[in-house]
Amino acid sequence: MRDADDMTLPARFSPPGPVSIVAFLVFLSFFAWSLAAAGISISELVEGLPNMGHIASEMVPPATDRFWPMLSSVLVTFQMALVGTVIGIVLSVPLALLAARNHTPHRLVRSAIRSLVSFIRTVPDLAWALFFVASVGLGPFAGTLTLVMDTIGFCARFFAEAIEEVESGPAEALTALGAPNSAVIACATLPMAMPSLINTSLFALEKAVRSSVVLGLVGAGGIGAELATSMEMFRYDQAATIVLMIFLLVVLVEALSSHARQRLLKNRH
Amino acid sequence: MTSINGGVANHAIPTGEPALVVQDLSKTYRAGEPPVWSNVSFSVPRGQRVAIIGGNGAGKSTLLRCCMRLVEPDAGEVYFGAHKITGLRGRALSRARAQVGFVFQKHNLVHRLSVLTNVLHGGLAQRRSPRLWFQSVAPATDRRKALSCLAQVNLAPLCGRRTDELSGGQSQRVAIARALMQQPTMIFADEPVASLDPQAGEDVMQVFSDLAQAQGLTLVFVTHHLEHALRYADRVLGLQGGRLALDAPTANQSIAGLRGMYA
Repeated sequence: MRDADDMTLPARFSPPGPVSIVAFLVFLSFFAWSLAAAGISISELVEGLPNMGHIASEMVPPATDRFWPMLSSVLVTFQMALVGTVIGIVLSVPLALLAARNHTPHRLVRSAIRSLVSFIRTVPDLAWALFFVASVGLGPFAGTLTLVMDTIGFCARFFAEAIEEVESGPAEALTALGAPNSAVIACATLPMAMPSLINTSLFALEKAVRSSVVLGLVGAGGIGAELATSMEMFRYDQAATIVLMIFLLVVLVEALSSHARQRLLKNRH
Repeated sequence: MTSINGGVANHAIPTGEPALVVQDLSKTYRAGEPPVWSNVSFSVPRGQRVAIIGGNGAGKSTLLRCCMRLVEPDAGEVYFGAHKITGLRGRALSRARAQVGFVFQKHNLVHRLSVLTNVLHGGLAQRRSPRLWFQSVAPATDRRKALSCLAQVNLAPLCGRRTDELSGGQSQRVAIARALMQQPTMIFADEPVASLDPQAGEDVMQVFSDLAQAQGLTLVFVTHHLEHALRYADRVLGLQGGRLALDAPTANQSIAGLRGMYA
């Protein structure tokens, strides 16, 4: 055996190549330019501090004069999020199967579905909301349609990845015993992917609750419309009540989804 | 060592139509590479127990998978009884596969589902009803049948457990029960005891042997345990160097002789 002193250890770090150095310098230059474009101004921030303090002081104590109408709007917001998420999840499952490498009928179908889902995901929520408000009018229906699209963009992609990552053995076993494809998907692929599907679905619900607040700002129903009105009328105390309600709603949904996640993952069938 | 390259077994075999016939089967995974094996031919009479041995990479699992068309052979034919398997598609292929219970090295159970549901899945080829997807909605007759299959591998008391709560040996016995639910005429087992401790491995092989004997099943199993090949098989096939290098009754073989397949 050779003495360890005679052998050459590999370098701890590889020196960066010229391409990496150029790429890093390009990134630094672009970031510096972006800082200027973002309008970062310390002086404006300092000048704005008294206004922030004034608005914050106006928010205390939060107003309770429109408590019940606001609570009703919060409920509508949650209902929009729930219905939009559930419909989005139901539509995402077949799209994900068509987009998953191990279940797609053809690679062109997979590419087409992946492109469609990427497009849906790339269009911002507010753009979808404006589109649906223009199409079906003001109100929660436009918001719900927006959340359906938002959920599809999120869930179809992650569902497809979860389906691709499941262990292939159980599906192969059912194929070997002559089960039809529908049974292989229902009895092996989906149950194996279920923990990931449940996690993604519950995150989608939490995300939809947060998104649904903003949708009201463009007339797509829910508590966002109340928030916009309060801010426009300088009723910061009412705005504070709405922000607290939204905070409680999000905390409640996260707690419930965490509990549901644990219960659902323990179930057996 | 009895060496029969590419020929049908020349030892005394039971009469009647063979359960499995493999004719001139060849498989290459990538163009330009040597074949995994080529021109493999053998015939397995009904009720015979056959062990397939060979070194790592000899293509034992590939041979079983090609017989089931889980992997497509490049050339050759496979028959289950009188039915030609190669060339079948869709539902006809599913019906053909349903005749064979396939037990995998890693059990391949659906871990999040219960033992009973996993066994029920064995009936999915004969009855394509969604009611067999989960035991909670399955007809009572199917549930009882699945429980009876579990009883045959001594696991009926665990029918309500999730399969991820079972030991390796118990999981493999559930996989055997799932295969029995198919009411197969033949069982293929791909290294069924490779992931088990010696005692669990013996138990599982004994279950295979007892079932094959009691139900007259044809059993083809891949193994690295030469003592299992000699104890639980009537005949041994050896793959070596891309060909079927051994096809002989186990009665004529010894462990020392079979070790030659790993040289």
